[in-house]
Amino acid sequence: MDFRRFSLIALPYAWLLLLFLVPFGIVLKISLSDYALSIPPYTPTLDLTGGWPAIRDFLSQLDFENYVFLTEDDLYWKAYLSSVRIAAIATFITLLIGYPIAYAMAKAPREWQPTLLMLVILPFWTSFLIRVYAWIGILSSEGYLNQTLGFLGLEPVTVLNTNIAVYIGIVYTYLPFMVLPIYSTLEKMDYDLIEAAQDLGCTPTEAFWRVTLPLSRPGMIAGCFLVFIPAVGEFVIPSLLGGSQTLMIGKVLWEEFFNNRDWPVASAVAVVLLLILVIPIVLFQKNQEKQQE
Amino acid sequence: MNQPSSPQTPARPAGPGPATAFHPWDDPDAVPLIRFRGVTKRFGDFTAIDAVDLDIYPREFFALLGPSGCGKTTLMRMLAGFESPSVGAITLEGRDIVHVPPHKRAVNMMFQSYALFPHLTVEQNIAFGLKRSGMEKDAIEARVAEMLRMVQLQKFAARKPHQISGGQRQRVALARALAKAPKLLLLDEPLGALDKKLRQQTQFELVDIQERTGTTFVIVTHDQEEAMTVASRIAVMNEGKIAQVDTPGRIYESPASVYVADFVGDVNLIEGNARPVGQGMAEIRWREGVPAIRGQAAEPLVEGERATLAIRPEKIAISRERPEGRNNVVQGRVHDIAYLGNISTYHVRLPDGVIVQAQVANQRRIARRDFTWEDEVWLSWSDTAGVVLMR
Amino acid sequence: MSRFTWFNATSLTFGFAFLYLPMVILIVYSFNESRLVTVWAGFSTRWYGELFRNEQFLDAAWVTLRVAFFSATFATVLGTMAAYVLVRGGRFFGRTLFSGMIYAPLVMPEVITGLSLLLLFISINLDRGIVTIILAHTTFCMAYVAVVVSSRLVSFDRSVEEAALDLGATPFDAFRSVTLPIIMPAVVSGWLLGFTLSLDDLVIASFTAGPAATTLPIQIFSSVRLGVSPEINALSTILIGIVALGVVTASLISKRNLVRQARDARRAIQAGAEEGREARAT
Repeated sequence: MDFRRFSLIALPYAWLLLLFLVPFGIVLKISLSDYALSIPPYTPTLDLTGGWPAIRDFLSQLDFENYVFLTEDDLYWKAYLSSVRIAAIATFITLLIGYPIAYAMAKAPREWQPTLLMLVILPFWTSFLIRVYAWIGILSSEGYLNQTLGFLGLEPVTVLNTNIAVYIGIVYTYLPFMVLPIYSTLEKMDYDLIEAAQDLGCTPTEAFWRVTLPLSRPGMIAGCFLVFIPAVGEFVIPSLLGGSQTLMIGKVLWEEFFNNRDWPVASAVAVVLLLILVIPIVLFQKNQEKQQE
Repeated sequence: MNQPSSPQTPARPAGPGPATAFHPWDDPDAVPLIRFRGVTKRFGDFTAIDAVDLDIYPREFFALLGPSGCGKTTLMRMLAGFESPSVGAITLEGRDIVHVPPHKRAVNMMFQSYALFPHLTVEQNIAFGLKRSGMEKDAIEARVAEMLRMVQLQKFAARKPHQISGGQRQRVALARALAKAPKLLLLDEPLGALDKKLRQQTQFELVDIQERTGTTFVIVTHDQEEAMTVASRIAVMNEGKIAQVDTPGRIYESPASVYVADFVGDVNLIEGNARPVGQGMAEIRWREGVPAIRGQAAEPLVEGERATLAIRPEKIAISRERPEGRNNVVQGRVHDIAYLGNISTYHVRLPDGVIVQAQVANQRRIARRDFTWEDEVWLSWSDTAGVVLMR
Repeated sequence: MSRFTWFNATSLTFGFAFLYLPMVILIVYSFNESRLVTVWAGFSTRWYGELFRNEQFLDAAWVTLRVAFFSATFATVLGTMAAYVLVRGGRFFGRTLFSGMIYAPLVMPEVITGLSLLLLFISINLDRGIVTIILAHTTFCMAYVAVVVSSRLVSFDRSVEEAALDLGATPFDAFRSVTLPIIMPAVVSGWLLGFTLSLDDLVIASFTAGPAATTLPIQIFSSVRLGVSPEINALSTILIGIVALGVVTASLISKRNLVRQARDARRAIQAGAEEGREARAT
């Protein structure tokens, strides 16, 4: 192997090993450590200068205590459950809203499509934080929504600091991730197939249900994963739009780390979150590979 | 189904033949299945179909032939119901079908892309149309089995379209379109995606299936050999108009215009001033100082009009000595030889630079070829070999 | 197919209203005179003035821009290398692990990435500051660059590279003079994507930034937690404006390229037709 090829591979490889894989090892290790009032706030710490006995001693002090703690305090498993539920419901709503948009884009006149595509992508380039922030002004008790309702002579509603606000936030910020993959499957779809279905006796509506919808399934699945996976670990939306009852694991982890400074428990929370997400991530990869066939 | 492929055998006797010959278009009492009357289709400023009148008879294998953009696909899509004419009427068995949506027409189509549903198996694809028609489950199964047998795909019934070969997909598309036993089957460039050998074989299979099912077929193609092989009649189209409708034999032997002569097969075109010489013959004066050449007049013509003599390369004889007793004789020099194995085409340059092609069957081995580059040769053909065309 | 149906027009109208109305409201109210952000009290650019006098915001913006620039640049170099290795590198030891590590940051919850990097920096005693944020951002941005560039690499015709090699170019020459110019648009959009992601990131930056360095999102987040503020509205408007300008410019450039391609294709067809006519004339 020549040196150029070696360095071409080695540089990004080493970078990812050091800054992606090794950190996970550290998270795993700390999740097995104990909380301590010290700097860094956990024990034991590995002292490689101590040689083999030090390492053995270090290993013997690691335990699953933090994981046991996670199962004992119902805050954690409730937070996991609630994160998955909120993410799932929000993903479903995003699908219901995103599909008609993607469909209408794919069916729009050719010359319009680049513009429509740009309009969907543009919010994605805009700061996520700002897009979430925009809803605070709309949903707050004296916000634009309640002003409008009052103008129409309707009762004001409480939305901010509830789970509904979290749903709105997720749907709003992740909508492009749903629309784009669905649009790309619909846009690639051979229009002959719809004509063939009609030729064989389908009304246009039947042709949609029997041909268009089943064929856009890979895009729908990809879109759902792209919304669901990050939504489970979401921190910004529940902390800005959610209320005290909104339990989401990203927020719990953040508070465990920054407010309680319990690094070992925070690490254990992260490890379990990752384990939960491994299944959808693997399924997502499978779906993508199948699509590329 | 696996007929030995011999492209030389015509699918049907062309022109007058045995008493059983099929030519309802010559029968004044025959009722057409499809009738186009004054059909025009405009897309914005563009006229895709221009005042077309056309009759297609039951059990015909009818070909729409023309280059891309000539309107043949639009004409077919009107039959399927995906386009409606801007002006004019289309009737199927005497009933106006212009406003009947595609899913209510007894017309099925085999798409150029095959348009097989990728999420359904071969079997489910074939059953798709039957299910829509509210057929009994048992009857559907029986019909699907029959169709699979017809296209010899029983073994692949459970496969998805991407798990079978291109030729098999083509057969699934055919079976799916025929499953509902339509009154009319439309085939849009059905063999375009197949390689040449498979295409030739499949052409005969198509003819065979058409004859067995007795369905009227309308095929759209840009491949003149394909049209000649399968069709009972061909409509040659050009820029939204029908240039000529006739049997393959007459399209080739008696083209109605320069366009048709040039589009179907190879042809030499010699332009000059025409003069009728009686008995449907005409003479063309094409160069000073050489004798005029003759051919059959396609239509009555007036002396002095510009006209073109169209003569097929295979009807021109090539010789070293001046042939005796022929009116149409020209002299030239062999400019180029295209050796195709079974035949050779000689490109002969006349003194004024015009190139005339003559085709000769290679009865001898190539080393014993009679003529070679730069040889002085004589070209000749009979009076009835060429056609004098006004358009 | 060529016109909007009633249903499709409705979906698009509502869909885009939902996407854009919140931002439009934000922009409109950034020009509100009143401190009470939900009550309109007349037009004013007062909050923009306040914003530019706010040292904290200006400092944070400067830090953010530097971080985004360096992260995007490093990520582009590393991500392009990674994409090239993945698409053209053939087999090598640990290839599966490598591709897994490239794509994983795309779906990794930010809290986990942030936490793990922080724990790394602490265990190697690296002081937290601009450098650590750049290291963290480079890592997660290079995944995006790799995806963008590799999709371009996959779609382009490999034989042009082989032609270059055949004509005597070394692999490095071939990359520099043939491959790189072809994938350049993807590399540029990878850089822009990395820049935007870095500019935008709150969670990872919160973990990896020390008290010495605060980025704009961290600053925004801490003031937004207290509620809506007109200064943030003004800041948001500026950021949205920059992005909109960038995206519109980019799409105009790509549209111009499309028009040029269409014109070239038309010319090619004409050239072919002319040649055909000439051939027939002789």
